Amino acid sequence: MEYYNKEMECMSLSDKKELQSKRLIDTVQKVYDNVKTYREKMDKIGLKPSDIKGIDDIHKLPFTTKQDLRDNYPFGMFAADKRDIIRVHASSGTTGKLTVVGYTQYDIDMWAECCARALVSAGATHDSVVHIAYGYGLFTGGLGMHYGAERLGAIAVPVSSGNTARQLQLMKDFEADVLCCTPSYAIYIAEEMKKYGIKPEDMSLKYGIFGAEPWSKEMRDEIEDKLKLKAFDIYGLSEITGPGVAIECKYQCGSHIQDDFFYPEIVDEHTLEPLGYGKRGELVFTTLTKEGIPLIRYRTRDITALNNSPCKCGRTGIRIDRIAGRSDDMLIIRGVNVFPSQIESVLLKEKEIAPHYHITLDRVNNLDTMRIDIELAEGVAFDEVKKVESLTKRIANEINSAIGLNAEIRLVSSGSIERSMGKAKRVTDNRKF
Amino acid sequence: MFVNQIAVFLENRAGRINEFAQCLAKANINMIAMSIADTTDYGILRVITDDNEKAMKVLKEGGFNIASTYLVGFEVDDKPGAMQRVIDILDKKQINIGYLYSFVRPIEKKAIILIKVDDNEYVANILRENGITLIERNIL
Repeated sequence: MEYYNKEMECMSLSDKKELQSKRLIDTVQKVYDNVKTYREKMDKIGLKPSDIKGIDDIHKLPFTTKQDLRDNYPFGMFAADKRDIIRVHASSGTTGKLTVVGYTQYDIDMWAECCARALVSAGATHDSVVHIAYGYGLFTGGLGMHYGAERLGAIAVPVSSGNTARQLQLMKDFEADVLCCTPSYAIYIAEEMKKYGIKPEDMSLKYGIFGAEPWSKEMRDEIEDKLKLKAFDIYGLSEITGPGVAIECKYQCGSHIQDDFFYPEIVDEHTLEPLGYGKRGELVFTTLTKEGIPLIRYRTRDITALNNSPCKCGRTGIRIDRIAGRSDDMLIIRGVNVFPSQIESVLLKEKEIAPHYHITLDRVNNLDTMRIDIELAEGVAFDEVKKVESLTKRIANEINSAIGLNAEIRLVSSGSIERSMGKAKRVTDNRKF
Repeated sequence: MFVNQIAVFLENRAGRINEFAQCLAKANINMIAMSIADTTDYGILRVITDDNEKAMKVLKEGGFNIASTYLVGFEVDDKPGAMQRVIDILDKKQINIGYLYSFVRPIEKKAIILIKVDDNEYVANILRENGITLIERNIL
């Protein structure tokens, strides 16, 4: 099985442009008619839906940001009637408020198609057993791949995250040939296998579909070596749909965007001017068919470049390079989106500490680690270690419940964290992608 | 009637104890007793000086995180078993000692023991009842 939907995936560029143009015109009309934010944005610059005559006019349209979604929390950006929305997902926002997205039946079907295409691109077939160890829930990873596997006609194993020992057992017993999870969890699985004396040969794994966090070529080599499978990078974000927005093919020369559904642009992150192929900048998406929450020129904050050279696999979907970073301060730690401001709001609640902190990220044995240095409030000290420990533990618990991750908390003297005149440098990221 | 102590929070980094010591030296403050509880990330330095009030002031100005605590201090003969005898009394009363440190007065052949307990009054009474000499003044 080479393609899930050859007609769409290998469509000629001229046909695709025509399709994208038609879909963009429809989408612009739809958001103008149904979403107040877009109507206001377009009216403000005197842009009428009829001014958009094709995909080449996309640069005329205003951008959408995470702030727009936050301002319209929870359902204000939905273009479909609430009765037609059948599911919501959400991802973390900067202020603790979630970014909520809604799906109609069409949206769920379209997304399932994207994930089915992704699975096939990685080598899966309808005979596959797909072990899905992404989290199931508000996070799109688990359910996205789940519906994709079902759409393909494969067996979806909705194991979600956690309980690695059981995961190993099920993967082995069910003879899973496809593993979907974050790359760091894949490494963890490999290490646990070693611990339990399970060899890759005891498993039936052939393909891994890994995403939701940045990973390096070295990490890919290590996963492939340890799990004896071929590892594929999958890209997605809940605002656009979830996993399956782009996927690598077997030639692994960038990820093919499903650009019959999502139109990509690269813009200069400061001037917002469109950049040409091969130029690195911020990735921007316009959804071309979505009903629930269509987004126009949504700024992903992911930094990459577009590659339009023909691919040996035959797919015509334009490719993106590996994500090189972010244009905002969002951190992706073990697949979880974290904004430093979320940590700050926890620290502000504690009287014994000051809201001066510094986050240090590392990757130890391929697992992300986070250390937060926090200043004690002025005049606060303790004469016993146990008192420091109980404060540290309390902060760690609160941070865990705020961001869903464990962090090592290190208290430091007041005034010892470097102050800067401009934007505070809150993060040191020692991870190499 | 209890012994005042200053606890200083010092994160582990080169030169940190020197910075602390400099701060006191510049103010001409003499340290009488000191102990450090160390962990991987930080240390808690506990110190008693000849002028705690002034020491608190200069340390605070120097940006140190400090806490003032009171300890129970008592005097024993500087000879084997002397401290153990007192600890044994506290032990029988199930008194929990958070930490302890000591120093010796060689001329008087006495040792001063300082202990951190939850209830200073209660412990002081026990010691008094057993005829143990308490350090009743801050000046050691």
